[in-house]
Order: sequence, then structure tokens, then C-alpha cells
Amino acid sequence: MIKLEGIRKTFKAGTVDEKMAIDGIDLHVSEGDFVTVIGSNGAGKSTLLNLISGTVELDAGEIYLDGNQVTRLPEYKRAKYLGRIFQDPLLGTAAAMTIEENLAMADLRGQVRGLRWGVAKARRDYYRDRLKMLDLGLDIRLRESVSLLSGGQRQSLTLLMATLSLPKLLLLDEHTAALDPKTAQCVMELTDKIISENNLTTIMVTHNMNQAIRYGNSMIMLHEGKIIYKVEGDAKRALTVEEVVRKFGADLKDETLLS
Amino acid sequence: MILYGLWRTVPISLEQGLAYALVAVGIVISFRILAFPDLTVDGSFALGGAVLARLISDGVPPIYGILLAVLCGFLAGCCTGYLNTRLKINSLLAGILIMTILYSVNLRIMGRSNIQLLTVDTILTPLENMHVSRFIPIIAFFFLVTFVIKFLTDMFFRTQIGFAMRATGDNEQMIRTLGVNTDHMTVLGLGISNAFVALSGALVAQDQGFSDIGMGIGMIVAGLAAIIIGETLIGKRSVQQMTLAAIVGSIIYKFIISLGLRLGLAPTDLKLATGVMVILALGFPALKKKKEGKLHLRGV
Repeated sequence: MIKLEGIRKTFKAGTVDEKMAIDGIDLHVSEGDFVTVIGSNGAGKSTLLNLISGTVELDAGEIYLDGNQVTRLPEYKRAKYLGRIFQDPLLGTAAAMTIEENLAMADLRGQVRGLRWGVAKARRDYYRDRLKMLDLGLDIRLRESVSLLSGGQRQSLTLLMATLSLPKLLLLDEHTAALDPKTAQCVMELTDKIISENNLTTIMVTHNMNQAIRYGNSMIMLHEGKIIYKVEGDAKRALTVEEVVRKFGADLKDETLLS
Repeated sequence: MILYGLWRTVPISLEQGLAYALVAVGIVISFRILAFPDLTVDGSFALGGAVLARLISDGVPPIYGILLAVLCGFLAGCCTGYLNTRLKINSLLAGILIMTILYSVNLRIMGRSNIQLLTVDTILTPLENMHVSRFIPIIAFFFLVTFVIKFLTDMFFRTQIGFAMRATGDNEQMIRTLGVNTDHMTVLGLGISNAFVALSGALVAQDQGFSDIGMGIGMIVAGLAAIIIGETLIGKRSVQQMTLAAIVGSIIYKFIISLGLRLGLAPTDLKLATGVMVILALGFPALKKKKEGKLHLRGV
């Protein structure tokens, strides 16, 4: 589904602030795989997603999505393949627009937009059904402005928007990290449910070791821009936090990672 | 006596307020919807007047003069958008650059700094010859033009492209991840905005009977003042509210100005008074330590 070949990215190359973010990563994610990505601050986790989505241009290497080379495609042209959720709940939705307007925009991901009405009447019931699944009471608030929603509600709506048109690849960038623990748990369980129901290919970056081990069928650990550990299938299911700490404790100075 | 004076200013405020209203509607699109502080306006307003004046004094029918003025305004706005999105020039500077360039362009178009239109037929000439009070048909005409544009604008922002444009101003990153080229949205939006401003310039030139190279000076500040006044009364929760607020605000602004002039405000102090008004309106929330009311802008 997605193939990364020897991708590299250095920020501010040639200056004193030079920072090697991604130092040659090869990764193959098959259809239906759910990969969790873990690593300490500055390991290159978010940069990895930014390179896949095209938010950041890479220095070297190739990216293939769904068999197509997308290495040089601008971000908005890769959108048809990707659904993405950011850490900041404010980034995933347009605050001044209504819930149904946001969903309608997500419904047209990667399609040519024209002068037809933004919210198609025929889709409204579908949006309502999808919102019902969130169980947050948003299905009766279709016409309300998103700015009235809480962080958890906005992130749940973003989750719905990112998965509405079933993307080839779902990118989750610490999408529960900015929420309180209870809400984070709800959003994560909902995420897992939507992913497994639709068999979505997913890459989830997380700061939380428990989350990385518990969810997904494969886990990679990044350190200083390289993949230093990869575990899949049965080995992944048997993995424990203690085992990872024993192996990589020295590299993982980051306390939040182990909490 | 004072009340009579007040009453006397109503028709002229309505006429001028409606003629200038599309400047405020244009600024709603750039400042409010796209969150782009576009200063092209001062230049594109005079551009509209210049193109129209030159064409109709050369004998072109007024309607074609107006259409070409609108097209020129559209292109001017697109230029500012291109400078910002493609050449990565700061949004304020991009507007100032095009505004400055337009000063020379407008002089070229007109061939001199002023063209009078009192002796040629304008779009308003048939209305002025209707043997009723001059105000009634002209106000009705401006009202019709302004509200047709308002409703078309409201409708546009309910379409798929309209949504994408609103989201570009609201959350650029988000709409880009949904596959929208936000650069195109910015260029198109600024084009539409300045097309409206140029249309207003063309209408005002015909209404006042001349086009002048300096007629656009201070237009952006006056337009912002109108928007602030209108939003205080009507609100800004939806596009419909914002465009209505721009029109109503523009009329009230002209009313306040003509009242001020009647009460002895020197015409030369008008821009000072307008500027102070905008500063107070924008700055007051900060003094009260409130966040709302502040302009949210990008590309600065």
C-alpha cells in the first residue's frame, strides 16, 4: 500500500542549526496493516508523516502510494490517498464552519470541486448516521459551528472526517496526546473500531508505549531518524512495555514515552 | 432644525453608502473570509473608475465600461494573490506593491489625473432623466446592483468551491489535506474581492461625475470602518450576515460622515477621523483584555 525507499530529510542543511530528521528509512506497509510508530522527542516521527503526506519535501528517496510514485506530488494532490489527524484538535476542522459543512468538505477529499451546493442534501442523512456512531450527541447539531465543540468532540469529528471517504492510508499523528486521559481513551477506542471495521491501512505515531503495543499489528521504533526496532504479528502481540524498556532503556530518555 | 439637517443627509448617505458598499463586501472576502490583509483595494478602486471613465469618454457604452472595469479589478486582485502565493511575498507587501503599481497604471489608462463625466452618457444618465427626484431611481439602481451581488456572493460561499475558499481562510492546513490547492483559492478569492471593489469604483465615478487618480486613497480604512460598524449591529456568524453587515455598515458610515461634515468636521480631517475610529474599534478589545474582535490574519 505504501512503500518508502531510502527517504532522507535534513532541516536547515548547511547551517549551524542543521538537523538530520530522517536518516534513510525503508518501510513497506501492506494493505490492512496497522503500524504504530514510537520514539522519543526528535526521533523523526512527525517528520515521517509529513514526508508521506507531502507537507514537507524530502531530500532523497522515493515514496509510493497504492503503486503510484508520489515523491514529487504536492500535498493537495496526495490528498486522495490519505486521511490525516493531527495532535492539535484545532488543526483538523474549520472552526467557523458548521459540523455538516466540515463533513461535506471531507466527503470530497481529493475530488474536483465545482459550483454544486457544498452540502448535498442526499448526504445529510449519511452524515447524521456517522455522527450517531460517535455517541457524542453531534448528530442533532449538524448546523452548529465547530468552534462550539470541545477538544475531544473536535478530534472525534476529525476522525470521522479523515475516514469518511475511506482513505488508502490513514495517518495518525499523536492524535490523542492533547486530550485528557479519559477522552483520549474514548477517541483511541473509536479509532481502533473504525480502522478494524473498514480494514484501513494505518500508520499511527504515538508517544505512549502502552498504546503502541496494544494497538496495531506491527510496531516500529524510531531513533535519531532511523528505524531501530521492528516487531510484527505474534511477536508484537506478546510484547510488553518491560521488554521494550529492557532493550532500549538507554535510548529512551524520554519519560513520557514510558508512562 | 438639527432634525431636519439629519433628515436631509439620509438620501445622500443611502446613495453613497450603496455605491461604496461593494468595497466593504470585497473586503469581507479578503480580510474576513480569506483572512488575507489585502491592501490592493485603494488601487483597484481607482482602477475601476479609471477604466470606466476612459472607455465611456471614448464612446464605449457604459455597460461594457463597467464589465471591463470589473475584469481589470479581478486581474489586479489575482496579481496580489500571485505575488503572495507563488513569489512568497508577504501579504501586506504584495498588496502595497500592486496598489503602487496601479497608481501608474491608472494614470496611463486615463492619460491624465482626472476625467470628468458630466458631458457623456453614463449608466445613470437614463435614471437621472426620469423626471422624479434624482435620488429615487439612483438609490433603487444601486440597491439592486448591491443586493444582487450580495446574494450571488452568499450563494457562491455555499458551493463546494465556496466551502474550500472559506476553509482556506479558516484552516489552510486542513483543507490542503483534503486535496484543495489553497494557493488557487487565495488568488481566486482576491480576484473576486477586487472585482467587487473595481465595480464600486466604476459606479462611484459615474455617480460623482468624474474619475480621479486619488479617489481610492483611504478606501481600505473606510471599508474596514464600514465592516466594523455593520458587524457590531448585525454580527458575523455567517457569510450572509457578514455581507449584509458590510452593506448596512457602509450606509451608516456614510451617514456618520455626512453628519460630521454638517456639524463642522473639516473634509480634510475625514481620513483622520475614520482612521481613529478603526483604531478604537480594533484596539478596544485589547484594552479590555478580550481576545475577540481581533482580526485573524494569515500570510503576514
